[in-house]
Amino acid sequence: MNFLEWAMSPLGQRVPIHIAWFLIWVALIAGLVFLIVHAIYVRYFAGKTEFVSGPSPGEMLALPARIPRHSLAARLFHWIMAVAMFALLFTAFLPKVGVQFNWVTYHWIAGTVLTLSILFHIVHATFYLDFWSIWPDRSDLEDAWKRFYRFMGNPKGLPRKFAKYPLENKLYHGVVMLSGLAVIVTGIFMMFRVRTFFFSRNPYLFSDMTWGMMYVLHGLTGVGLITLTIVHVYFAIRPEKLPITASMIVGSMSREFYLKEHDPKRWVIEDLSQRRSPADGD
Amino acid sequence: MAIIRDVMPTFQLYQPTSVADAQKLLERHGSDALVLAGGLDSMDWLKDRIKKPRVIVDLGGIEELRGIRETSDGLRIGAMTTLTEVGQNSFIQQNYRVLAQAAEVVASPQIRNQGTIGGNVSQDTRCWYYRAGWPCYRAGGNICYADTPVGRNREHAILHAERCIAVNPSDTAPALIALDAKFIVLTPKGERAIDAEDYFVGPELDITRMNILQPGYLLTSIRIPSTWAMSYFYFEKVRDRNVWDFPLMNVAAAIKSSGDTIQNIRIAVNAVAARPLRLKMVEDSVRGKPRNSDTGEAAGKLAVQGAVPLQFNAYKIPLMRNLVKRAISGAQEAA
Repeated sequence: MNFLEWAMSPLGQRVPIHIAWFLIWVALIAGLVFLIVHAIYVRYFAGKTEFVSGPSPGEMLALPARIPRHSLAARLFHWIMAVAMFALLFTAFLPKVGVQFNWVTYHWIAGTVLTLSILFHIVHATFYLDFWSIWPDRSDLEDAWKRFYRFMGNPKGLPRKFAKYPLENKLYHGVVMLSGLAVIVTGIFMMFRVRTFFFSRNPYLFSDMTWGMMYVLHGLTGVGLITLTIVHVYFAIRPEKLPITASMIVGSMSREFYLKEHDPKRWVIEDLSQRRSPADGD
Repeated sequence: MAIIRDVMPTFQLYQPTSVADAQKLLERHGSDALVLAGGLDSMDWLKDRIKKPRVIVDLGGIEELRGIRETSDGLRIGAMTTLTEVGQNSFIQQNYRVLAQAAEVVASPQIRNQGTIGGNVSQDTRCWYYRAGWPCYRAGGNICYADTPVGRNREHAILHAERCIAVNPSDTAPALIALDAKFIVLTPKGERAIDAEDYFVGPELDITRMNILQPGYLLTSIRIPSTWAMSYFYFEKVRDRNVWDFPLMNVAAAIKSSGDTIQNIRIAVNAVAARPLRLKMVEDSVRGKPRNSDTGEAAGKLAVQGAVPLQFNAYKIPLMRNLVKRAISGAQEAA
């Protein structure tokens, strides 16, 4: 089975030209299998989620009724990126499965939108948000270890509640970040091969082998993003995650959900009595 | 030009004697099968050992695919009718002269005796990078070797270039578009009548095909309605060698006039893009106008709007402008 398509360059060199397109179906099926298996596990086998005890009643009362989670800028970024990502996936892969339309122009426009939104996100997250909140820390790893032991039927103490983002969320972000950067960087270079108003066409920028590897990396990360997107949408619509999804729309979550899932010591909510209500859309 | 290696790859040869049998074979073998009509396109691929189909379905023994028949509303030409038969048919010469003219200038007499009208409209592009077997976009790769700073692209596209810049080389295609012909295609889901201009596809839709024929599809005939019979026709082909060559460009027009006024028109050009182009904007712009050099001049300018020259084919822009001008105003008027 060939995972890559190869061709003979004019110089007689055997070079990869792109991934084998059956990998689209592999990625699609992998995503669907994951969600089916996970849904069955949660429904029939998963035990009750338990954490160490939460904050005192006094601390609870100090919290506002709605806990701000995503700023308006962060939400806008997320949804613009989501639309661009869906446009990229559909324009990339529908033509490969027989749906014919003029996809190249839409694809590079969506890619440009994604690139600009990612650039904004990098600056925004670095200078205006809590940059480290999305990166795994020591507590995440210790708690993951405890959860793993509990899963194996060998409790070693209760894990703490999550910080702003659970470890799974942080790991997902890391994988998407690597895939996204790979697909964007390769995509920018690939724009030298089509007619856009950004660059003069120059297909001889790299050797045939380098171009081939670039197309392969773009394809692999592209099909990988099919699976990642399925997984993301699946978790977004799971009932127990809906408050998190809703917070990506309205910007905040209820105090009850916050206290149920998150540790106020690890995700500190500022004293909001001095601030506007999060419902104002901050 | 690819090196002719003469010894073709091994394949299974099927020679059905009915359309039904041919279609069954094509459906059974799908993308493994190559359809052989006159063989003038296919033999190159096979002898160069670039296309290596496992199965060849030779249509040469199917009588029902041959011949020209008058119908109640026009004409039916079997897909396997030779270009000589089309060019010399008296009914076509009398009623649809533009098609006869186009068929008569395809390649050489020997090739016209062997080549079929179905093959002429369905043939692959002649881009030499592609024909040489290089892994270009059209061959499933990731580059166009012709569209580079050093690419030899004198014969390539000036319009609708979309990664691949190859052009369609058919002479009869623009004439059939001008005549509003319908291509009858057998598909696994039944028979379809397709407008001539919709038979061809550009790289923006499918970069590996020049037309809508997919595995299992078979072009059986071309029907020409009587709508444009006996109209004023214009066909002109420009090529490097007048005795035998593919078009650098060609133009075909069917015009209905009332006095000097153009009442209705269909005009198409080929070898400017990966598919023959019907110039609808030009048609709309000249309806109701006098058929003279001013109208032709304006139409020519409109026709080349959006044209982008490559390194070596800038000449195609004035060529197209002038061919359209001559088609509309008449060659004598333009001269």
